[in-house]
Amino acid sequence: MTIDTSQPPPGGKLVAAAKPSLLLGEHSLCPGCGEPVALRVLLEVLQELDIVRRTIGVVGHGCYGSFVRIMDVDVLQCLHGRAPACATGIKRMRPDTAVFTLQGDGDMANEGLQEVLHAAARGEKITCVMLNNGVFGDTGGQQTATTVIGQRTKTSLDGRDPETHGFPVPVADLIAQLRGAAYVARAAVSTAAGVAQTKRMLRKAFEVQLSGAGFGLVEILTMCPTGWFVPAADGPGYQGGTMEQAYPIGELVTP
Amino acid sequence: MELLEGSAAIAESAIVAGCRFFAGYPMSPFTGLLENMSHKLPAAGGVFINAESEIEGVNMAIGAAATGARAATGSCGQGIALMQEAIAEAALNETPMVVFNMARNQQDYFQCTRGGGWGDYRTITLAPKDVPEAVEHTQKLFHLADRYRAPVILYGDPLLAQTRVGVTIEKRDYGPLPPKDWALDGSGGGTGHSRQIWTWAMGKATDPGPGPDRHWRAIATKFENILDAEQLHEQSDVDDADTVVVAFGSAAKFVEYVVRELRQEGHRIGWFRPVTLWPFPGGALTAATQRARRVLVFELNAGQMIDDVRIHAADRSAVRFIGGVSIAESGLAYGELLDAPMLRSLILSEGDR
Repeated sequence: MTIDTSQPPPGGKLVAAAKPSLLLGEHSLCPGCGEPVALRVLLEVLQELDIVRRTIGVVGHGCYGSFVRIMDVDVLQCLHGRAPACATGIKRMRPDTAVFTLQGDGDMANEGLQEVLHAAARGEKITCVMLNNGVFGDTGGQQTATTVIGQRTKTSLDGRDPETHGFPVPVADLIAQLRGAAYVARAAVSTAAGVAQTKRMLRKAFEVQLSGAGFGLVEILTMCPTGWFVPAADGPGYQGGTMEQAYPIGELVTP
Repeated sequence: MELLEGSAAIAESAIVAGCRFFAGYPMSPFTGLLENMSHKLPAAGGVFINAESEIEGVNMAIGAAATGARAATGSCGQGIALMQEAIAEAALNETPMVVFNMARNQQDYFQCTRGGGWGDYRTITLAPKDVPEAVEHTQKLFHLADRYRAPVILYGDPLLAQTRVGVTIEKRDYGPLPPKDWALDGSGGGTGHSRQIWTWAMGKATDPGPGPDRHWRAIATKFENILDAEQLHEQSDVDDADTVVVAFGSAAKFVEYVVRELRQEGHRIGWFRPVTLWPFPGGALTAATQRARRVLVFELNAGQMIDDVRIHAADRSAVRFIGGVSIAESGLAYGELLDAPMLRSLILSEGDR
């Protein structure tokens, strides 16, 4: 299916919501990508909590890395997978700031699983955000640790087979087992309701950090139609039928 | 003056220098420094983290340094190998930090001076010959790291880590430093001029940075400037010497002793010690070896610094290797080569050829 952008969308008049003032420009990601949606609600939360002027972001490596250019927040762009370690150093030296990481599944679940597990176990007062689309989007759609069983990727052409490729890693569920984790939730931006829920979860994760209760993680399932090899408009439906079946949405740990 | 083990003395010197963050992972003989920092740094108002890996430790230090704090980490050999990606990253995104390589031997010369990370970067490396000098170098390194916004290395060894000597730890003044106006504190958010520490230096959509091409050229220029400005060496009796012995670190202290003995016996011999391994004091070595018929390289490895000596010796064909791999059975100390009578016979047998 392709979208005919020459025609207005069916079902009445749509008005674009006001752009968060922390967005400095247009994103450069693919049509149908879920990551800009997640970024938008993240920036809205920073504004609503009025912590914009004391927030430091630590951004890993993936498509979302390009957000460093369009988010008006102090940022350390770090090595692949190491954002929770860098965020730890920042937060320990500047406890007065709000520190978050922005990572993908390749960044957090593949390259940097150790970093996020130990940061959670130590109860670091940081908020880790994982944008989980089950593929390496930035490199064109290879298998990650969170690729679901049966999913076709460029390095699992016949679909992920546990015999050959092993089983997916449910990051939020792992983190939820650790006592240092004060807030753990899994969200999805595939529907309007899901976007609103994602925002509520991010807000809680930051509130937990600001109250000093401990480590927070929000795993956000984000569409990647390019990496899934489906038409852009099919992304939300594909995600609902695959990723969201394997990774249940909801809060796993609350204060 | 206080009687202190090298590891304790270096820890105290780092704290006096203003180090307020240290993260590391145990590995002997670095472990002593880690243990000392674990209680001395918090007592001084700093933060210590017993990191879960060397990779975590060095990346924590990058985070701490990104806030403008004086930060450090350390390990030895294999652990420093794990840190190489992050050391390169710190060089390219310009986060200053001190890396203590309390090595097991002298086999890390290439690792310190060439590095194993990616990109066009170098690491200033100081190799003290004894504990009092390590105390001094520790403070100098924090200054150099901030001055050049770069990771720098102290190359120590078991003798520096574990020898107990009388030392005085006092703050040294190396002059003014540029303000850390690049440090992240969150206050840039929402201003349209938020700060960014990024190896690719792309800047913001509304405020573009130099980008990787210009940024990495500027870094390369910076290291060229350091190459000219920061060379340090020590030498003695080279002016009329037929034989000049070149050594670094603890080995140089043995060389100094043996050469002094041979001088007193009438041999025309001198010694040369690079204090900075990078930048290597090449011009000084060329001058010091002008008259030498033999340039003997003594290092406790299979021959690493000898590459730099060959590049800079006045006569390349005069360079001979008298060092070698020499490790105690424990793997944690030097072997039989680091011994004054042994060194004396090595020098004399080469001198006769």
